Amino acid sequence: MNVTDDLRYVYAVCRPPTAPLHADLTGVAGVPPRQLVHEGLVAVVSPVPERDFAHDALRAHLEDLDWLAATARAHQSVVAALATVTCPLPLRLATVFRDDSGVRAMLEEESERLRRILDRIDGHVEWGVKVWLVGGAPEDPAPGTEPPAARPSRAPESGRDYLRRRRAGNAAREESAARAEVFTRRLHGDLTRYAADARLHPVQSGPLADAGSGRNILNAAYLVPRSRSEEFLELVGRAEGTRPGLRVEVTGPWAAYSFTDGPEAGGVP
Amino acid sequence: MTSSADPFAQREIALVDVLDRLLAGGVALAGDITLRIADVDLVRIDLKALISAVNAQVPSPFATVDDTREPLEPLEPLGARDLPDPE
Repeated sequence: MNVTDDLRYVYAVCRPPTAPLHADLTGVAGVPPRQLVHEGLVAVVSPVPERDFAHDALRAHLEDLDWLAATARAHQSVVAALATVTCPLPLRLATVFRDDSGVRAMLEEESERLRRILDRIDGHVEWGVKVWLVGGAPEDPAPGTEPPAARPSRAPESGRDYLRRRRAGNAAREESAARAEVFTRRLHGDLTRYAADARLHPVQSGPLADAGSGRNILNAAYLVPRSRSEEFLELVGRAEGTRPGLRVEVTGPWAAYSFTDGPEAGGVP
Repeated sequence: MTSSADPFAQREIALVDVLDRLLAGGVALAGDITLRIADVDLVRIDLKALISAVNAQVPSPFATVDDTREPLEPLEPLGARDLPDPE
């Protein structure tokens, strides 16, 4: 590969890692990442071909889901590997520079901001917590259909009977929605108090959200000291299963992807 | 990759969770070539149409992507839009 003609893809910035990255690790474009050190900051970079990562090519590629998925997973695997040896500050997907000196210039110009965020996330990991409403999820019934709770086991005997059942079904759905809301608020409140910081991601929906999981009503990220992760997970575990019809899902630990926007956004001193 | 005892060991991670973080999270720097956040958002809107038309198998956050990070419509019936603010 002609490295000099390639662009530089930057995955993350960190303080000098205490251990080298695994030799088998490959990044986007299948090339092992390396560390570019500049005045106490490390950019983890790998060369990427200009034909794929120049502005127009990149824009076109980002609209290709397979390409996007492969690139995102490669980016994530490098950041995850880094997280085993240091506390990396992940960069947004597809942050690309012309050459090493462009990366160095960025490290220099952004030094203060990068160091501030690195200080803030140091020793922390991110946990994702999602709440799913499963079975009997309140949804607007399509015209001519009844929600399960209101579906009569046999034909209604009269119009009055029908209306009564229908009202009962609506009430049941409202009650279940209210319970889900109370549960979710309480869980988020408890986890937020425990965590150093919290962020709400948009709930996962649309044709592509995991259809078997029900309906996503909470998609949150929590910044937790690595040393307290076990307690955090216990806190989540205690909430799990206390509400039938609600499922709690945990992902992580992640590098602190959701906490790179500076402390001011989260109300943390 | 990493050993199984390692908390960061690679396991099955849903693409939707990776994209939640890589498209909305991560520090956004002005790279020499980087599409700015606004550009990426435009791309995501295009992707939303592409994905729903072409591929119903792969989970995606695009239907609800919003840089304000406010939960969108599906939360509304539950009032979760009003989730307590941290602090």
